[in-house]
Amino acid sequence: MTAYIVRRILYAIPILLGVNILTFALFFVVNSPDDMARVHLGVKRVTPEAIDNWKSEHGYDRPLLFNSKEAGLEKITDTIFFQHSARLFVFDFGQSDDGRDIGYDISQRMWASLAIALPTFIVGVLINITFALLLAFFRGSLFDISGVILCVILMSISGLFYIIGGQYLLSKLWHLVPISGYDSGVNALKFLVLPVIIGVIGGIGAGTRLYRTFYLEEINKDYVRTARAKGLSELQVLFRHVLKNAMIPILTGVVVVIPLLFIGSLIMESFFGIPGLGSYTIDAINSQDFAIVRAMVFLGSVLYILGLVLTDISYTLVDPRVRLN
Amino acid sequence: MSDLLLEVNDLKTWLDTESGTVRAVDGISFTMQQGETVAILGESGCGKSMSALSLLQLVPSPAGRIEAGSVRLEGRDILQFAEKQMREVRGKRIAMIFQEPQTSLNPVMTIGEQIREVLPDRESLSQEAARTEVLRLLTAVGISDVKRRYDEYPHQLSGGMKQRAMIAMALAGSPDILIADEPTTALDVTIQAQILDLLKSIQNTTGMAVLLITHDLGIVSQSADRVLVMYAGQIVEQAPSDLFFSRPRHPYSQKLFRALPGRGKRGARLEVIPGAVPPLTTQFSGCRFVQRCERAQQICHETVPAWHGENNWGVRCHFYDTEEPVRNASETSAVTTAEQKSPGEAFLKVESLKIHFPIQKGILRRTVGYVKAVDDISFEINKGRTLALVGESGCGKTTAGKGVLQLIRPTAGSVNYLGKELTQLSRGELRALRRQFQIIFQDPYASLNPRMLVSDIVAEGLDALQTGIDATSRQQKINALLEKVGLNAEAGLRYPHEFSGGQRQRISIARALAVDPQLIVCDEPTSALDVSVQAQVLNLLKQLQDDLGLSYLFITHDLSVVEYLAHDVAVMYLGRIVESGTLQEILDHPAHPYTRALLSAAPVITRGGDKPVAHEVIKLEGDIPSPSDPPRGCHFHPRCTVAESRCRKHFPETTMLTTTHSVRCHLQK
Amino acid sequence: MSYLPHILITDALIYFLLVLVVGFAVYASRHEHLRAPWRQVFNRPLAVAALMVLSVYISIGLADSVHLRERISDTGADRADMEAQYSHQVISLLDIFLGSLRQHSEKTYSMPFATHAFSMETVIGQDGSVRREHPRLLYGGAHLKDISKRGQDIAVKTVTGILVGLIAWLLFAVLIIKVVAVRTHMAAGALWLRIKRGDTRFPWRSALSTGAVISAIVSALIVLSGNYHVLGTDQVGNDVLYKSLKSIRTGLLIGTLTTLVMLPFAVSLGIMAGYLRGWVDDVIQYTYTTLSSIPGVLLIAAAILSLQVYMTANPEQFTTVAERSDMRLLFLCIILGGTSWTGLCRLMRGETLKLREVDYIQAAVALGVPTRKIMLRHIFPNVMHIVLISVVLDFSGLVLAEAVLSYVGVGVDPAMDSWGNMINGARLEMAREPMVWWSLSAAFVFMFGLVLSANLFSDAVRDAFDPRLRKR
Repeated sequence: MTAYIVRRILYAIPILLGVNILTFALFFVVNSPDDMARVHLGVKRVTPEAIDNWKSEHGYDRPLLFNSKEAGLEKITDTIFFQHSARLFVFDFGQSDDGRDIGYDISQRMWASLAIALPTFIVGVLINITFALLLAFFRGSLFDISGVILCVILMSISGLFYIIGGQYLLSKLWHLVPISGYDSGVNALKFLVLPVIIGVIGGIGAGTRLYRTFYLEEINKDYVRTARAKGLSELQVLFRHVLKNAMIPILTGVVVVIPLLFIGSLIMESFFGIPGLGSYTIDAINSQDFAIVRAMVFLGSVLYILGLVLTDISYTLVDPRVRLN
Repeated sequence: MSDLLLEVNDLKTWLDTESGTVRAVDGISFTMQQGETVAILGESGCGKSMSALSLLQLVPSPAGRIEAGSVRLEGRDILQFAEKQMREVRGKRIAMIFQEPQTSLNPVMTIGEQIREVLPDRESLSQEAARTEVLRLLTAVGISDVKRRYDEYPHQLSGGMKQRAMIAMALAGSPDILIADEPTTALDVTIQAQILDLLKSIQNTTGMAVLLITHDLGIVSQSADRVLVMYAGQIVEQAPSDLFFSRPRHPYSQKLFRALPGRGKRGARLEVIPGAVPPLTTQFSGCRFVQRCERAQQICHETVPAWHGENNWGVRCHFYDTEEPVRNASETSAVTTAEQKSPGEAFLKVESLKIHFPIQKGILRRTVGYVKAVDDISFEINKGRTLALVGESGCGKTTAGKGVLQLIRPTAGSVNYLGKELTQLSRGELRALRRQFQIIFQDPYASLNPRMLVSDIVAEGLDALQTGIDATSRQQKINALLEKVGLNAEAGLRYPHEFSGGQRQRISIARALAVDPQLIVCDEPTSALDVSVQAQVLNLLKQLQDDLGLSYLFITHDLSVVEYLAHDVAVMYLGRIVESGTLQEILDHPAHPYTRALLSAAPVITRGGDKPVAHEVIKLEGDIPSPSDPPRGCHFHPRCTVAESRCRKHFPETTMLTTTHSVRCHLQK
Repeated sequence: MSYLPHILITDALIYFLLVLVVGFAVYASRHEHLRAPWRQVFNRPLAVAALMVLSVYISIGLADSVHLRERISDTGADRADMEAQYSHQVISLLDIFLGSLRQHSEKTYSMPFATHAFSMETVIGQDGSVRREHPRLLYGGAHLKDISKRGQDIAVKTVTGILVGLIAWLLFAVLIIKVVAVRTHMAAGALWLRIKRGDTRFPWRSALSTGAVISAIVSALIVLSGNYHVLGTDQVGNDVLYKSLKSIRTGLLIGTLTTLVMLPFAVSLGIMAGYLRGWVDDVIQYTYTTLSSIPGVLLIAAAILSLQVYMTANPEQFTTVAERSDMRLLFLCIILGGTSWTGLCRLMRGETLKLREVDYIQAAVALGVPTRKIMLRHIFPNVMHIVLISVVLDFSGLVLAEAVLSYVGVGVDPAMDSWGNMINGARLEMAREPMVWWSLSAAFVFMFGLVLSANLFSDAVRDAFDPRLRKR
């Protein structure tokens, strides 16, 4: 197990390196730092001096990959790639284009992201598992069929509609909760209710339908026939035998997103004005702050790979057949 | 009949499918007495499993439904029971075990838990008492080290052990009837013997009745008191076992016996049952067997035959009382042409062939060991002869076959074809030689690409040769090949799914023949087929050998097929050949204890008249060890009844008993 | 008036896609293993209804993909020696059909069926007095002499529209039934009775009733939209119905071109990785693991951002507005494809790994069939069903994604008609009292119709093609 985890972490290094090279290529090779400066300065005020100024202010005045002017190791370290991409490996995110410490921002903002993403995730998964179980229990009946059609309808509605509709109904029409905003501590609660409800409802359609197919796949297996032949009731069969086996595919999809909860949801946070990492990213995209986007891409990859490792580990907990080595 | 236990009357189970209503079980009636073993014998798709599931109301819904009939368990019709009442019957009055122990156990629950679920009044039992009871059951079915096994999961048990656990589960409710649905079909011969033995001894101690569902006449002959023969959803014959085997009355039963391969029929053609089972969606206006019956008369087409005879000994046939026509004369005077043929020269020599698969572990995926699937085997194949590679599952026989064809590149050793060393050839050179060696697989459903027309499948080899033949001669060649394997030219315009298992195997053979090979590796080509169809394929293979001088490397676990077809035999155990020789030598003078056990474990059909042939079964204990961790010394010593101390130390050298007969056993020095 | 055809890059790709689809349909009709599952799809009433809705969307999208430039009629036009002058503005066939709808723009917002603008304006009366009032619209309800008759007028027009639509459909349906009756050798009356009972293999009843509903709605809209802005107007006074219809092409394009772009890579790389194993497998696996480890939205954002910078830095490469937004749409599809091929590639690899051990592939190897041919003839046809299933399942997700991405600011060009842009624009007016709800709702309704019918249809396709589901 330890050997497995170590190996996975070692395997993550080339992948993160690939991620870095990719973002590096997107930001510095497709467009030169000069182009970026021009975009930031606006077309009108562009002078060669202004561009150089902007570049040296942000540390983009170095060569891209290899600095022939420097000596020794500096040849490699004093480059844009090393200073702006490779340093991400030690989680040194550097400064944003408007001069803020990205690392500090992230550590401040991730808790707000977590505050809506975590409850949405937990409540959502529980509701989906329960609804799917209910549909599977009554499989083939009118209840099941209409449930599935409802799921298809729910998943055909754009997420934006849930948000706008929810805001309109609950906040604007009924004045139950504030339309958007955030506060610290317990006061945050009233701001969280709406986004969590909307997040859960938005996920019900796809989730319930997917889990239902997992259950049905298990229900048709031989061991379920054995369980019935033993004289177990349908409920016992469903809970003791089917549920446990269906948890294996469910876990694959669920565990992998847990670390990504830290990043939060871009849309939700910007609609509801939650100062989390999602809105941070959106703001960065809108103000074309590449340093932040780069940092978030890297962070996202790290968390995703972490999620994969967690998934594998969680397999060993539910599936006795899996031994990691 | 005071101890009448179960009475099934006119049971009908129908399934709704897209192509219409399938009458899977169409009015069957039978009875079971206490302590009796009743076998339902039938080929695949005859409705025997569906009958068993109907007894427990476990027919897959919503497609299936029990249309009519009654099932009286001690007088009460359990088909009328509601689901809740039925639960009291399942597991407690009637228990069931299934064919695939692998999939029939819940993979994420421990063995102990799964058995404990069945204990009657498990709520009132204390944790400790329940555990003790489960341990007792596990011991009763012959599982060793029960305390450890209790907490293990199904995947940690071998196939035979899983089936024992299934039996323990069935016993937990102390049922009156055990339905065993092909309980040993997925198991090896030596393990099959263990399980059948176990069932018998449990029956002796508990007095429960067993409904044994099988397609294997041998198993019926060994275990059953009474036989029900099912054909196309109906019982066509019912008889006490000894009467059935001495005097089968239905033409179908008679045919089945004559289609069985065996040593006595060498050189002769096996009798085949022409055609196939009619689709069960049809409305029958006459006898269901009429299209395949040689004795069919006008009446057979027009009138559904009634049940003739008593309940326990009867037959559904208009002409049941006419004598069975004289048996094939050749059956006894079997030794014919093929035997006399002098062995041609060896054209394929396999020497010290090794195929090892690395086991990798640790951070850097270092290779820490090998699964020695094939470990140092040597044999020769002569022109126009058949070498049978015999062994149980996991012994490496299929890997060896693929290694010879270079479908798996061997780790070491040589495969020499007429002076060319196949293992050393480059991919291009090898491709040019490939046509000399072809392969036929076990599973007729996986061996043909479902997306290709049969003619394209057959022509695949021709196309690969890139001989540049024109379209007409290509078509002619395809037609000729199809004809050679007994199919119409018109078959080429259809897709594989329109053919039955036996026909698919013929198409596979045609595909192999297209490139005029010297050698065909037959990897269990008949073990997925029913007896009647198997005979057709064996006949074809035999005839092709006579006509074309083909050589076969015949990989199989079925000794009756070996007896019928092989000239030479090599017995494999855990990656090594433990004994090899001519068929006669191996069958008549087996030298290795494993060979002897294998020969004795195969169920033998004893036909009434010549019954008490002393058939001593050498019972092998335990399971086949894993090839990744074979026992030290002689691989066979942990299961060997005559092992000595030296057997545990080193692997025995080859001893030549005659010029052709060699064995690797310390006791044969 | 004469026109000059003008083919945008995305148009060309759509035509290409159309050729592919037709080619596949012809191929499928000749192969039983493909025809059978499709027959199963077309026997499902819900799937047929969904397909009919989809085909309405598709025809609108296709009409909107034939682009033209109008000939400017100037005096010298008939002189042979002078080259004809064509407008710089590119319009589509759909624009020509919708003629009045496109040109009838108001000043700013107006409610659906409104006769007056939504906001007050300062008007100087004839007597010089200054008043604030909702000014009368230029086109919306302009034919009305008496504004109080508006409700009545709308009702009459709606009923007329529906009736015309139903009658037209009825005539068409009778024709179809006649044709079918002749081809199946049945009396038309008997066939009609069976259709009414829903007792036909092909679900004629639901097909005909869906058609009737569609026909009624379309006809009513045509009648009404001549005199009213049925769905109101937006901030710059454009008809919302027109914008919603124009957005269909964008939605369809994103849903299909993305797949078209990524399919060759996903399928060929996946099959190669699975069949060839070794270093090829390692490289391909590494590539898709790396790509898929970047959260999708972020990767798209990063790519679009650098595209934006590139476009700003090199404005000379994009001459017209249409070309510019077209390029951006194409790039969006490529980028979306670049992020979404990994899932399919992984599936392909897994399936190929299973297939390469299957007996018929081993038999092909034993026959000496070249590797390339094995991949093409044996593996590819046997993974096709997975490709098909994932293509139809991805479609609706991509349509929905467009709205979200446009909202984030990394979607299609802001100048382009798209549901995402419509929502995005309307969102700014959320706080307004009373709310400007119509453009938002129109975008949602149009998107919902497309996505729901796509989902229902893809469900049927999956049920028919997935062998695991078929067994049940």
